[in-house]
Amino acid sequence: MRVAADHPSQAPVAVADVRAVVAAARGRHRRRHILIVVAALAVAVALALAALSFGAAAVTPDRVLAVLFGGGERLDRFVVLELRVPRILAALLVGAGFALAGAVFQSTLRNPLASPDILGIAQGASLGAVWAILGLGAGGAVVAGFAFGGALVVALVIWLAAWRQGLHGIRFVLVGVGMSYVCGSTVAWLLARSDVRQAQTALHWTVGSVADVRGPELAVLAIGVAVGAAAIAVMSRVLPALALGDDHAAGLGVRTDVARLALLVLAVAVVAVATSVAGPIAFVALIAPAVARRLVGGGDAALAASTCVGAVLVLGADVAGQFALPGFTAPVGIVTGVIGAPYLLWLLARTERTSRA
Amino acid sequence: MSARPVDLPTAPPATGLAAEGLVLGYDGRRVIDGLDVAIPPGRITVIVGPNACGKSTLLRGLARLHPLERGRVTLDGADVTRMPRRDVARRIGVLPQSSIAPDGVRVADLVGRGRYPHQGWFGRHSSDDDEVVAEALAATGVADLADRPIEELSGGQRQRVWIAMVLAQKTDIVLLDEPTTFLDVTHQLDLLDLLTSLNRERGTTVVMVLHELNLAARYADHLVVMSAGSIVAEGAPGAVLTSELVHRAFGLSARVIPDPVSGSPMVVPIGRFHSGELG
Repeated sequence: MRVAADHPSQAPVAVADVRAVVAAARGRHRRRHILIVVAALAVAVALALAALSFGAAAVTPDRVLAVLFGGGERLDRFVVLELRVPRILAALLVGAGFALAGAVFQSTLRNPLASPDILGIAQGASLGAVWAILGLGAGGAVVAGFAFGGALVVALVIWLAAWRQGLHGIRFVLVGVGMSYVCGSTVAWLLARSDVRQAQTALHWTVGSVADVRGPELAVLAIGVAVGAAAIAVMSRVLPALALGDDHAAGLGVRTDVARLALLVLAVAVVAVATSVAGPIAFVALIAPAVARRLVGGGDAALAASTCVGAVLVLGADVAGQFALPGFTAPVGIVTGVIGAPYLLWLLARTERTSRA
Repeated sequence: MSARPVDLPTAPPATGLAAEGLVLGYDGRRVIDGLDVAIPPGRITVIVGPNACGKSTLLRGLARLHPLERGRVTLDGADVTRMPRRDVARRIGVLPQSSIAPDGVRVADLVGRGRYPHQGWFGRHSSDDDEVVAEALAATGVADLADRPIEELSGGQRQRVWIAMVLAQKTDIVLLDEPTTFLDVTHQLDLLDLLTSLNRERGTTVVMVLHELNLAARYADHLVVMSAGSIVAEGAPGAVLTSELVHRAFGLSARVIPDPVSGSPMVVPIGRFHSGELG
């Protein structure tokens, strides 16, 4: 039997029946989104508990729990609370921030390649932060502010150079990739020119790391990501309309330019805060939203799921970087790079195919 | 037959959509330079004209999809640009020329997005919205596709789904930019019948740009013929569509005969090789 006849059947359709189908579909979709978020959070908690007990000074899970509930021995307390908790929180927050920003970029620009790490926004933030630290000797929120400035400048350059040619084109992605190299090279040059002898610091600003995040930075990160996420959540109401394209969105009463600009500036701010703490961790903003959208399905921008998947991704990558190979540790950005590069190549190949089709 | 905009049987409407002194263009190139039009409420208005005559631009101007360089678009006499966008979106629905759905989106979800102007900042979809979406799906004959992803549908079905989305917006005016493009002739008629039944049953004011002159003449209550950025004639198709007008607007030699099915004027183009046969 042909279900979907091209010609509508003349038999009258009971609106109440259709309504039940519509409501059921909506409920199913929402439950699926919630399920993905809850599952990702569960994985994040499990990873965090594992990360708390692994390491040079092994702390068994029961002792970890004792510390978390306010007890435990002094050494355990120091190792867990001073060394490991900040790193884990930083990984989760940075991952959440990058992924949320990526989801906002990709959905508002309607392009799966348009993510702040590919477009060089994160590298611009990195440049701003390095300049503030090495050039001005600044720290804390000032560094985050400079990172925001650097990220905004890159966004502006991309907009001037290529935005007007159309948001779907590969062209503005290429301009972004170029900007990312310019910023990355400048960071390397600044690091080489100054007296930074520690490879760790250089690595931090070129590939990204959450290894040595401390209290004040963590506070800036937590507040920045939380405020940005809240603002994006309020604005995100326009996303389902915006995802239909500018004409449809305008027809539905959305001020498309204003809405897109506001969402992108918020996303740039979140990227800047995350980068100012952890450096430009590669590919998280690109991959996490793609994974989340795939899991949630239904053409949803999947902001909440993206955020949780990103947190899991960065924490998982950080844990893997520390413990996957015995006697060798890699900063989180190396691990995400190893995962992300093949995905990017696949995405480019696929985009190329569809644009020719 | 009058060459200028003909007088409507009744006085120009104080209600509904109208434009005066409209100037529209792209990057400084003026496509429409000082145009007045009044859309008769509760009727089907079809805008026709040769390629690049500005018919789509006019529709986009009326729909707020194109910025006005000068002039104003009014809704019940009030300037549309001064009204809150959401209020306008509750009165005027728009189907642009090309619509691309997000990957993986399902029919019911897509149609539900038409509820946007009716939803508050925190009020997401309510059961009232479900009701409206169900009505729109039923009215457009795609109720049995509610749970299907858009990319699985045929072109004709997709276009119906997009129209369902515009219907879910619950506006009394619907503007459509070449809604029959990409459809074969069967689905073109299907779609125009659907729009006609919406107009007849709900009193929805329909304004659309069409390419196909004979379909335009058959389905329009009010025909607007454009050429080179201005209106060369408007009125009931039977009153305005003459061979002289077709020649003036399209540069086409044609005979206009009564459509054997509907009695509306039918344009039979002549061309270079067949003029002799018709004498």
